[in-house]
Amino acid sequence: MVIYLIKRLFAVVPIILFAIFLMFVLVRLSPVDPAQAYLAASNIHPTEELLAEKRQEFGLDRPLIVQYFQTVADIVRFDFGNSYVTNTPVWQEIATRLPATLQLAFSSILVAIIVSVPLGFLSAVYKNSWLDHFSRLLSYLGASIPQFWLGYVLIFFFAVKLDLFPVEGRGTWQHFVLPSITLSLALIAIYTRLLRASVLEELEETYVLYGRTRGLKEKGIMVKHVLRISISPMLTGLGMNLGKLLTGTIIVEQVFSWPGFGRFFIEAIFNRDIPVIQSYVVLAACLFIVCNLIVDIIQLYLDPRISREGRTQF
Amino acid sequence: MHTQPNVLQVDNLNIAAKSSRGALPLVRNVNLELKPGKVLGLIGESGSGKTVTSMALMQLLDQRAMQVQGSIQLNGQELNGLAPKAMRNIRGKEIGFIMQNPMNAFTPVYTIGNQFVETIRTHTGLGKKQAVELAIASLESMNLEEPAKLMKKYPFQLSGGMLQRVMIAISMSLRPAVVIADEPTTALDVTNQLQVLKELDRLRTECGTAILLISHDLGVISQLADEVAVMRRGEIVEQAEVCDLFDRPQHEYTKKLLQARPMFSGNEALSRLVI
Amino acid sequence: MARIRTALKGKWPFAICSGILVVFFLVSILAPWIAPNDPIQVNLALKLMPPSLEYPLGTDQLGRCNLSRLLFGARVSLGFATLIFVASLGIGLVVGTLAGYRGGWIDTLLMRFCDGVMAFPNLVLVLGIVGLLGPGLWQVVVALMMVQWVYYARMIRGMVVSMKEQNFITAARISGSSNWKIIRRHLVPNVLPPIMVMGTLEMGWAIMDISALSFLGLGIQPPTPEWGAMIHEGTSFMRSNPELMLYPGLMILFVVISFNVIGESLSEQFGVKRRY
Repeated sequence: MVIYLIKRLFAVVPIILFAIFLMFVLVRLSPVDPAQAYLAASNIHPTEELLAEKRQEFGLDRPLIVQYFQTVADIVRFDFGNSYVTNTPVWQEIATRLPATLQLAFSSILVAIIVSVPLGFLSAVYKNSWLDHFSRLLSYLGASIPQFWLGYVLIFFFAVKLDLFPVEGRGTWQHFVLPSITLSLALIAIYTRLLRASVLEELEETYVLYGRTRGLKEKGIMVKHVLRISISPMLTGLGMNLGKLLTGTIIVEQVFSWPGFGRFFIEAIFNRDIPVIQSYVVLAACLFIVCNLIVDIIQLYLDPRISREGRTQF
Repeated sequence: MHTQPNVLQVDNLNIAAKSSRGALPLVRNVNLELKPGKVLGLIGESGSGKTVTSMALMQLLDQRAMQVQGSIQLNGQELNGLAPKAMRNIRGKEIGFIMQNPMNAFTPVYTIGNQFVETIRTHTGLGKKQAVELAIASLESMNLEEPAKLMKKYPFQLSGGMLQRVMIAISMSLRPAVVIADEPTTALDVTNQLQVLKELDRLRTECGTAILLISHDLGVISQLADEVAVMRRGEIVEQAEVCDLFDRPQHEYTKKLLQARPMFSGNEALSRLVI
Repeated sequence: MARIRTALKGKWPFAICSGILVVFFLVSILAPWIAPNDPIQVNLALKLMPPSLEYPLGTDQLGRCNLSRLLFGARVSLGFATLIFVASLGIGLVVGTLAGYRGGWIDTLLMRFCDGVMAFPNLVLVLGIVGLLGPGLWQVVVALMMVQWVYYARMIRGMVVSMKEQNFITAARISGSSNWKIIRRHLVPNVLPPIMVMGTLEMGWAIMDISALSFLGLGIQPPTPEWGAMIHEGTSFMRSNPELMLYPGLMILFVVISFNVIGESLSEQFGVKRRY
């Protein structure tokens, strides 16, 4: 299993390098001149000399290849440059704001799992019941509702009208509720369907019948055997949909004025704060890739077939 | 010839599938009798209704899709229509089942030992340690090597033959009165087939279990069965003692089956090839 | 086409959603003629009025007709979603066919490039591109296009590669058909169903993305009516006039749900696997 892990880590590196490369190309191609952006963000009037000076400082006059490797070297050392706006190192800004985003993300995943596992499972076991139809409707809604709109609707009903939760910001546990629900709905939509589909598939398998012939309790078969196996594809889906979670945090943080990294990213876009934009995108890609890796590892633990036989097709 | 009470008594079994066009009969007027320590073979082609019958005996047919009429008595107790909870207690404990495809029968993510112990503890009040001991003893009696190690293995690590014998071991550990073996040898190669049949034979002689042996393989039936019933399109067309059936088949269909006997089944055919 | 009709039989959600979409598409095309008022005409004296004969859904904070804005908003969303779909499909088709047919290093290079793009979460990359190109409608459209085409390219390349080896292609080759004919006759019918499935779903997502970006202030610039931007403006008046924010959201919801329902029905009908 360790060999498998190492192999995977090695496969990940070129993708990350390519992601950095892509970002690099985009920045160079964009009509925005970093030097100009910096001066504009710092409220300094750009003169030719200042521009040239800045360009040299940023290393923009050196050959492209050199610039690329410099970028890679910087990233490896976690040197993401300084924000044009605050002039502090980007990684410091990240460190301040990331915990808030992670907390939000984590609580949303938790909510999503708590809701979708029973819902998906029971929808499969009681196929075509009212619960099944309800979960189907919920899935469609979750996939089709614009997240920012949902956030405001929830604010309108629960914060403004019913005054149950705070409208925005971060502080007490109540502040977590509405944003987490908003963020989790899209995930619930996906996980519920995934689990339902894989449980339905497993119910057809021979071992379910054999369990029954042995006189095992139906509940035992369902939970101990079927659910255990069905969770695996759902976990894969979880990893693959972390991208949705990430984009969700950007939007939800805006709606609820949540002081996280996503909101900072949006501000950076408006300010043309290139180092921040760059770092966010590259970090997002890395996070995405790393999470997929972690999900793979968890799957290895859950299904011994993979670790001992090599990869198995599901 | 003293008449022993039948362990399993099936009278007038009729199974029909519910459909929008009414009830489609799958099995008609089936009568079967199983005596302790005896093997009743059930031959038929695929689609003849053998598996449906075995599922009906276990009360595992979906009531919403299937209609089961008739009497199924296990040691005098009527099974057809029995409450689900009571039936569940009977499955595994009073009636054992050996499945056709052992490779898929076990849950892939749990060890053999785990699933064995699970079965034992569902039906008995044994503690974990005792259940494990019972399991190991059962495996040993099946002539499986290193039973303690075997318990820790996962199903995909064992061959079909071994899994089949594990299935028999699981059945036997609970000392059922009847064992239904649905095509127990079909998925196995010849060597494994012989071994499985040997174990089944031991079952009935040592434990007095009655066996309903379902197969389309005439060689298997001829080796093990005492009585044979021939099933065709949901009906039993002929029923006789094994020697009588093979030597003096009465029904047209039985004759056809015997003539179409494949060459490579059982010891007989093999011995004929060895010069 | 006959298969679509079979899909319709007895499946009322599919029928209803198709109906909804047809209505929306018609509305977006006919908006200039059926809208009761000019959507960008400001009239501060008439701001935040309740529904009336002249303004069937009332007016917004600048006295503009809500209904007209919604109708023109449909134009923007559906129009650009269609544009993005067509453009990204086009690029994807070209790249995918090229990669699949030629194989070799072109194939590897192009597919690695697609892998790279797919390594990023969708909206993050779009936001990054918009961040570097600057906010604006066309920047958003270009960004969305640049991110969408890779999925089509990958899928088409896969089909081309698998079909290249199949017998009927060889047979066609032997009988002398030109490359073009092969593509048209054999490739296109096989590729159409998954494209339709993907396309409907992607259109829904494109509309969501466009409105999300406009909501963030990065897409459509005022005064052009767009549902996402309208929501953004409406939130300031949540307490007094919640409908300003609710109506456009409902529009998005109906359209996207319809796309999703149709996409799923089609994928069931044609047996296409969804990419999650």
